[in-house]
Amino acid sequence: MTTVTGDRLEDVWATRPGLVGWLGAVNHKQVGQRFIATAFVFFLVGGVQSLFMRYQLGSPESTFLDPETYNQLFTMHGTTMMFLFAVPIGEAFGIYFVPLMLGARDMPFPRLNAFGYWAYLFGGIFLYSSFLAGSVPDSGWYAYPPLSGPEYSPRSNLDFWLLGVTFVEVSGVIAAFEIVVLILRFRAPGMAISRMPLFVWSLLVTATMILVAFPPLIMGTVLLELDRKVGTGFYDPAVGGDPMLWQHIFWWFGHPEVYIILLPAIGIVSAILPVFTRTRIVGYTFIAAATVAIGILSFGVWVHHMFTTGINLLGLTFFTAGSLLITIPGGVQIFAFIATLWRGRPVFKPPLLHVIGFLVVFVFGGLSGVMVASVPFDWQAHDTYFVVAHFHYVLIGGVLFPVLAGLTYWLPKMTGRLLDDRLGTVAFWLLFAGFNLTFLPQHVVGLLGMPRRVYTYPSGIGWDVYNLLSTVGAFVVAAGMAVFVADVVRSRWRGAPAGDDPWGGNTLEWATTSPPEPFNFRVIPIATTRDPLWDERPLDLAGGPAWRRELAHPVVSRREMVSTSVLDAAPHEVLTLPIHSLWPLGLAAALGVFLIGVMVDRTSIGLVGLAGLAVCVIGWLWSRQDEP
Amino acid sequence: MRAWGPLVAAVGENPSALRARGPAAAEIAALWWLMLGLAAAVYAVTIVLLAVASRRAGRYTLRPGHGFVVVCGVAVPAVILVVLMVLTIRTGVATLATDDEPALTVQVEGRQFWWDVRYDDGAVVTANELHLPVGEQVEVELTSDDVVHSFWVPQLHGKLDMIPGRVNRLLLQADEPGVYRGICGEFCGIQHARMHFVVVAEPREQFDAWLEGQRAEAAEPAGDLAAEGREVFLGTSCVACHAIRGETGPNAIGPDLTHLASRRTIAAGMLANNRGNLAGWILDPQSQKQGARMPPTNLEGPQLQALLAYLESLE
Repeated sequence: MTTVTGDRLEDVWATRPGLVGWLGAVNHKQVGQRFIATAFVFFLVGGVQSLFMRYQLGSPESTFLDPETYNQLFTMHGTTMMFLFAVPIGEAFGIYFVPLMLGARDMPFPRLNAFGYWAYLFGGIFLYSSFLAGSVPDSGWYAYPPLSGPEYSPRSNLDFWLLGVTFVEVSGVIAAFEIVVLILRFRAPGMAISRMPLFVWSLLVTATMILVAFPPLIMGTVLLELDRKVGTGFYDPAVGGDPMLWQHIFWWFGHPEVYIILLPAIGIVSAILPVFTRTRIVGYTFIAAATVAIGILSFGVWVHHMFTTGINLLGLTFFTAGSLLITIPGGVQIFAFIATLWRGRPVFKPPLLHVIGFLVVFVFGGLSGVMVASVPFDWQAHDTYFVVAHFHYVLIGGVLFPVLAGLTYWLPKMTGRLLDDRLGTVAFWLLFAGFNLTFLPQHVVGLLGMPRRVYTYPSGIGWDVYNLLSTVGAFVVAAGMAVFVADVVRSRWRGAPAGDDPWGGNTLEWATTSPPEPFNFRVIPIATTRDPLWDERPLDLAGGPAWRRELAHPVVSRREMVSTSVLDAAPHEVLTLPIHSLWPLGLAAALGVFLIGVMVDRTSIGLVGLAGLAVCVIGWLWSRQDEP
Repeated sequence: MRAWGPLVAAVGENPSALRARGPAAAEIAALWWLMLGLAAAVYAVTIVLLAVASRRAGRYTLRPGHGFVVVCGVAVPAVILVVLMVLTIRTGVATLATDDEPALTVQVEGRQFWWDVRYDDGAVVTANELHLPVGEQVEVELTSDDVVHSFWVPQLHGKLDMIPGRVNRLLLQADEPGVYRGICGEFCGIQHARMHFVVVAEPREQFDAWLEGQRAEAAEPAGDLAAEGREVFLGTSCVACHAIRGETGPNAIGPDLTHLASRRTIAAGMLANNRGNLAGWILDPQSQKQGARMPPTNLEGPQLQALLAYLESLE
């Protein structure tokens, strides 16, 4: 037990002391913080890889990197950014902030939540341990067989990729599952589904999409690993398999994936815009409906990654139609944001600057996306630098700028310290200028015939100058990121105190302390409008039914949370949550040992891992701790 | 430093998809310019709205609401997208439409990291170089023997994948004589970057003459040195992978060398085909193209000179 303060609520929500307490922590804020920090570290690692690649491509026929290293770097860059940064960062923001925005005290299954984090961390470490083994994945982030199959990648590099990615996907599915349950059943009493913050809407749709999109990929990667380990031949045409099967499975996951990482970012923008324009969001229902529409339509566009595979024109055209259609809900969101900005009084601090950066860059990427959705044009643009430029406009514009906006907006809530506006502004302009310098020329060089994934290119055919500009731009982006990181580090010690609500926010996370107490809210807030802090300031924190007083001043030492009904959030029952567990860590470690056994073809290690899994599952189920 | 002049001359100087030299690429380039115009207009309007919206409030009496979102976010895009859909279908059909039977069919097989090219159902085998008669439709049958590659001549047409176990068909037509660079469009392994090829579009008579020349078996070596070179070729590891029609059996592990000297490049568009490059390539391909499937060859100086003389005689 920690220091007894005499307050039962504080005591029961306190983390146990020492390393064991830290490893066994299951509170959503600790897990969320670790998720955000880990995802950001992976982002920086992926970014450094891109600097190596850009340096190599800064001049034709450069010998700075050999082809093998270059291919490893672009594979790990893509894998890291997609699997270890973009998906986890969206879920991470969800894990940290959705309970706060909903007035909840924790995730519904805190131990599972902790397991999700450890699975993610170990999966990432598993992937990166390939560098130590000298067998780094090198078949691209999409790992097309036969190149990724047993014959053309006989070493262990693709095993690292397949098993590591599967590990991380499992984590993604778990977090998604929790987020769906949280949002549907643990909203503040009175927060009907039509009053949820738009950020919560975006996470609900994202998590649902993950539940539909990731399991097929897990299946696909298991089939490919079986091809590699036991020669099943699912993807091998020589024995009746088909490499196209992998492409369909991968992109069935891979295109929803793009929106899985985009929607939380749209949610962040929807959270920040009203606060920094001092006005209510325009078209709440439109934005929420558009989010749902994107979630559904995104499953009907995967073949646009396969326009050059020889599928007949009529078939392809359907997917052009699907891809064009999805721009309509996207457009609705963009113009709702512009209308909000128009009606409000914008305050140009770094969070809003990054939101404006998002709008300027993302719309550009959306337009080039419309172009590559057109089948004949894609026959030329596919797998060229035009596409590289397009999706960096979409992903950096659509994800990185909103994530940085979200960090500058919410970090004060997490740490209790403000960032520096001037440093934030400098970082933004460096990123914005460097980004455009890097990727604008890539559209041109792609049209000039430069394919993707080449470690070098011939001189004298018109590609040199665009590549040089790109390389210079990449280093400007790096400078911008350095300033951003310096700002974050500085704020940790020198940042001005943030107070509970530095921005005058509208949603419930600003009603609690910065950083929030472990239990988030002593008195469970009751929400009766979409902008509770604007409409009901001060919040009604007294009175109400008996359960509300009992949750604020518990008579038993338990972590308690109230569940509510799905649509109108009527209070349903008070649930008890587990408070501490090492089993999630143990389970993730056992899973890791099992995968290492598969990896190195050692049955004994695999069996040890399986035995560990069994022990941990039994321990998990029998040892639930509800009291300190 | 390598001299790039000869290579650029051999492979073409600018493989831009917008410098179209065939009807399909021209259709697509026209589509691109149309879409660029539309996109530029949409972007300009959006940015202007954003800029206006970002100014301090109070200046405008107009306060956009749901109507603004529906008009800008749904109605206008819907009209533009319908136009684009029509353009897409029209352009797509235009690149496929064919009134006549193709003038000839060529089989191209992607290999790590080169191209096997066959005319007349395999009676003519060459590598890394595709000849076309100008103004005629040529059907190219694309497949792969190892991993997925993609066949792409930006100035003539979009790309089409070469997938093991499948045959894809591309209709290729060049409207102007010239030399065009072909590129592998799908990442295919360590030397994907060095997997280019040459397309030579030439008038019908020249094409026929070329094909006739390729159809012949390899010439008898003229002179002692070349004859000695033939013995080197047949007596060392070369013959394990390469075929020379008239001298060896068929062998498709490496490129067919029957008329090697007639080709513009070696190593899949990487090096101009001249004596110095050929010598360097034969002795040590790995230092120039790390990971290429060809191993180094251990030859004494005189043997190498003889072999070069022989290979250079394979017009």
